[in-house]
Amino acid sequence: MTIVLGALMTVHAYPFRADRLDLDPKYAELRAGEPLSRVQLPFGEEAWLATRYQDVRLVLGDPRFSRAASVGRDEPRHMPQSRVSGMLSMDPPEHTRLRRLIAKAFTARRVEALRPFTLGLADSYVDAMIAKGAPGDLVQDFAEPLPAAVICELLGVPFEDRDRFQVWSEAIISTTSLPPETIVEYYQNLFGYIATLVAKRRAEPEVDDLIGALMRVRDDDDGRLSEQEMVQMIGGLLAAGQETTTSQLPNFFYTLMTFREEWERLVADPALIPGAVEELMRFIPLGVGAAIPRYALEDVAFGDVVVRAGEPVLVSLASANRDPDVFEEPDALNIQRRSNPHIGFGHGAHHCVGAQLARMELQVALTVLTQRLPRLAPAVPPQELTWKSGRLVRALSALPVTW
Amino acid sequence: MAGPDERWAVAIDPAVCIGSGICAATADRYFHLVGGYGEVRESPVAADPLVIDAAESCPVEAILVRHADSGEIVAPTP
Repeated sequence: MTIVLGALMTVHAYPFRADRLDLDPKYAELRAGEPLSRVQLPFGEEAWLATRYQDVRLVLGDPRFSRAASVGRDEPRHMPQSRVSGMLSMDPPEHTRLRRLIAKAFTARRVEALRPFTLGLADSYVDAMIAKGAPGDLVQDFAEPLPAAVICELLGVPFEDRDRFQVWSEAIISTTSLPPETIVEYYQNLFGYIATLVAKRRAEPEVDDLIGALMRVRDDDDGRLSEQEMVQMIGGLLAAGQETTTSQLPNFFYTLMTFREEWERLVADPALIPGAVEELMRFIPLGVGAAIPRYALEDVAFGDVVVRAGEPVLVSLASANRDPDVFEEPDALNIQRRSNPHIGFGHGAHHCVGAQLARMELQVALTVLTQRLPRLAPAVPPQELTWKSGRLVRALSALPVTW
Repeated sequence: MAGPDERWAVAIDPAVCIGSGICAATADRYFHLVGGYGEVRESPVAADPLVIDAAESCPVEAILVRHADSGEIVAPTP
């Protein structure tokens, strides 16, 4: 058998095009003909890119691929600055120590308890939109406040402070939308804010939110959690809990407007909503491109391609989610898809800790919007919509709507 | 904490599992993925905190750990 090594292969400039929510056809070409290809991101070293579902799952789930090994390397990245270290730069069992502490607050059961609260909020934002009158902005009036309010409730962060922390949260997904020094400044502001909040909360450690739970662990002082780790985790969750769902919710609506008959089906039958959320998670390439490479700890063969120990591998979740070996008619949006093992929330040790929370919020959002504003529609033609740039995730700047 | 001879029965509810892969990534010795979903490699097993780590990290609490003798629940905690 011929063994193919990376040094002999053509290097593709990466990321590929990420217009609106389109998935560059290049992914399908590579998936079919060159499933492990060589790519060069704007910054950092050259890397492998996996585009097939099975390969992507293997890289994300196999302990031979490490995040911790990225520390000290010139990681392939979309932005000049290095990633802030934290749980995403750890492997089990070190990673498990921290993950366990927060996982409990994000289980399906805990999240379900927040559903009535989330429904009430979503209703109140729709009330406000109706009171103000059309056109409204689905981003500013609905998609921004909803995830922020829910993650605040779960963590124990005062929602009144939103004007401050929502600005700083941009730091976690910015590539070039903010200058590097502003990203550093925003991170400092975010973590400083959380540190102050935690200090204030010392007086009432019994409150049943995640800050309270982590403080109790911290104060048990069994070495499981340092003060800095706690502050970084809470800050990271606060930022990630907003930026992702706030971006994805308008993406959902935009996509449903492209496939208006699917929206009409949700209006007619709300029982289809959970399946629709899964399908939209599969279908929409939320990221502008693969990020967060895994480093091989030993040589691993993918067919005739060998990833050598020490080499970084990027994985495209969006491409995996369109793999025809796994999904029938992968490029069609089908909210009643029978088998849908998508990996829109990732896979393995770093599977999105907020996945169940995001699912619940997206389900609630679709439920409230389809039931209360069934004639909801964009107020401008699609080509007039503006998309944010210089970020890791795709999002509309604004989404003017009528109803 | 678990004594040296303690045995735990470990089970994954297939109706609840979403195939996140966290259990296999956390405690490869005890869990693996079959057809994309989590399965226990064997049960009962000698008590090991790693099994609790996996059960407590599961996003849908699909993993149930019990004392093999008494049936008392070890993880997940409420």
